[in-house]
Amino acid sequence: MKQTISVLVENRAGVLNRITSLFSRRAFNIDSLAVGVTDDPTLSRITIIVDSGNSVVEQVEKQLNKLIEVIKVRTLDESSLIGRELMIIKVSANKNTREQIMTICNICGAKVADISPTSMTMELSDTPDRVSVFEDMMRPYNILEVARTGVIALQKGAGKI
Amino acid sequence: MEMTGAQILMEGLLREGVEHIFGYAGATICPVMDALKDIPQIRYTLVRTEQNAGHMASGYARVTGKVGVCIVTSGPGATNLITGIATAYMDSIPMVAITGQVPSNLLGRDIFQEVDITGAVTPFTKHNYLVKDAAELPRILKEAFYIASTGRPGPVLIDVPIDIQEQVVPDVTFPEEVHIRGYKPSVRGNDLQIKRVAEAISKAKQPLICAGGGVWLAHARDELLELAERYSIPVVKTMMGVSLMPTHHPLNMGMIGAHGNRCANKALAKSDLLIMVGTRAADRAILSPDEIQRRMATIHIDVDPAEIGKNMQAAIPLVGDVKVILQQLLALDVPAPDAAAWRECLKEYRKAELTREFPRREGSVFPGTVMRKLGARLDDDAVVCVDVGQNQIFTCKYLPQKNGRLLTSGGLGTMGYALPAAIGAKVALPDRQTIVVCGDGSFQMAMNELAAIRCAGMDIKIVLFRNHVLGLVHQIQKTDPYHGPIGVDLDGSPDFETIAAAYGIPSLVVNDEDQLDDTLDRFLAVKGSCILICEVHPDVGTYD
Repeated sequence: MKQTISVLVENRAGVLNRITSLFSRRAFNIDSLAVGVTDDPTLSRITIIVDSGNSVVEQVEKQLNKLIEVIKVRTLDESSLIGRELMIIKVSANKNTREQIMTICNICGAKVADISPTSMTMELSDTPDRVSVFEDMMRPYNILEVARTGVIALQKGAGKI
Repeated sequence: MEMTGAQILMEGLLREGVEHIFGYAGATICPVMDALKDIPQIRYTLVRTEQNAGHMASGYARVTGKVGVCIVTSGPGATNLITGIATAYMDSIPMVAITGQVPSNLLGRDIFQEVDITGAVTPFTKHNYLVKDAAELPRILKEAFYIASTGRPGPVLIDVPIDIQEQVVPDVTFPEEVHIRGYKPSVRGNDLQIKRVAEAISKAKQPLICAGGGVWLAHARDELLELAERYSIPVVKTMMGVSLMPTHHPLNMGMIGAHGNRCANKALAKSDLLIMVGTRAADRAILSPDEIQRRMATIHIDVDPAEIGKNMQAAIPLVGDVKVILQQLLALDVPAPDAAAWRECLKEYRKAELTREFPRREGSVFPGTVMRKLGARLDDDAVVCVDVGQNQIFTCKYLPQKNGRLLTSGGLGTMGYALPAAIGAKVALPDRQTIVVCGDGSFQMAMNELAAIRCAGMDIKIVLFRNHVLGLVHQIQKTDPYHGPIGVDLDGSPDFETIAAAYGIPSLVVNDEDQLDDTLDRFLAVKGSCILICEVHPDVGTYD
């Protein structure tokens, strides 16, 4: 089962290395990992998606908590989280296909970020599932390149972790 | 006050109560060594290879309860130290390791003797620092000692580039307290859980305590013995906890595990309530945690929350300082369990183990026999350091424990640990009888440290089992699925009597069990260090 772990860490050099080193050393698999600074410039938030059972996730949480530079660890409740991923996707496009691609973009809520005589580049920020649907829809048009950020997430409501 | 980084470092060590450093100097640590000259209160032992600086600091830390300190240079000095650090990490030994580093402006250029040591040791240090500004050194040192010695102890490494050691800091202040927002070790156990534990003990019919190295780390031996005695609960121990209870204590059931005492494993198999104290239930100690979980109720007391449920899922987990938790438990007064029948049954198992007959072979001595006879002669508070291999198993299984310490590399199983660890222990407690037990394989991994013994005129007695093979591997290779010994003959080994003599250390040889009593008496009566070479048959196995 995919689970979302939100980790607040000291915003210092080397912290990300400690986290990834921990995952490889303890043989935990990461689906995705996204990191960025928070409203407090001394803190970064790392959002990690793991595809594991509850006991493994519990160990992941405990092991993360042991790292000195980790301030807080919380596994987010899947039913009440907002998880988003940004994808930038470049596909082949010409005057015959451009309109069809635009239709799909409109349906999926993607924006065109760049265009050339032979290509189009779109951006989409949405749940990972819907980002994947859009990617699938683009497949017939010959995908040239894809970049995805991995999920970032917050719990719904006024609470903080 | 104006100080250089190196001076700050030394002053910081002094403020942390450091009295001894184990190390190996090199170019990038020269400013620190220079500052050491001005601090006569701190003594220094030059090791012969950096790994042993780690082991010596470990031996020192384990017998004093203080943080062991080692200082080495950058590059190969730092990488050689790695095994010492990993050994300490696996046994949760409080240690601060300081490494020199190339100038900070040249980091990452692969210059002479540069290595990314903080990157290398991240998986097996509790924490580590690469210092970029000498003004941060007072805080970093304070934090490093705090982190190394609190919660679940462990090694912390501080990497200090040479320019940082030389950097002049105008107004140095040393912090009195530590504030680390991401580090708050648990101390007190949850009161509700404590009550549940007391109730479970009270109701048990066949309770058993399993004590590990965490009891030593928490300085909780007295509390453990009090708990066992108050409720008459038999005790088994892991290898790291082997010296927690004297062998002849009526509640002692010996060491559990694949290489443990039969009586201990039998007790473990039949117990209905297992109280694990300061142990991670690793594979060597508990082969099938699932089986244990299915068969009995378990209580797991540990300072590290991550140990709960890592190898075994306990019915009642209890997180906090083992000493504090045991005190909390002892403060409650619950009826003692009705377990007389259980103790009676265990008595039989125990007797069988203690009176077990060992095999005899012409022209050699059996290690188990040596251990029994040696143990009977040792001081009540002797420190015994044992290496890794068959010698470790024979010692932990059969050396009668009194009220001293047994130090060994239980977690990582590092050969060559015993001799340097003994030197570290002896430095800390010069008046305590100190014994090393090793094989001819492990001795050759550390015998260069005889120089440290000679240099300090130490009295360390070394029992060396010579069977001319890597005994434990030899034993494994003779069983399924392998096809016989390969690469384990210690051909080319030197004559250890000559080696001993070269370091000015006397030696004795024994190859006849009829001579054993007399030889052991002579060996222990030697003033100063002595090596006793025991001839052991290469086919001797730990299950014999």
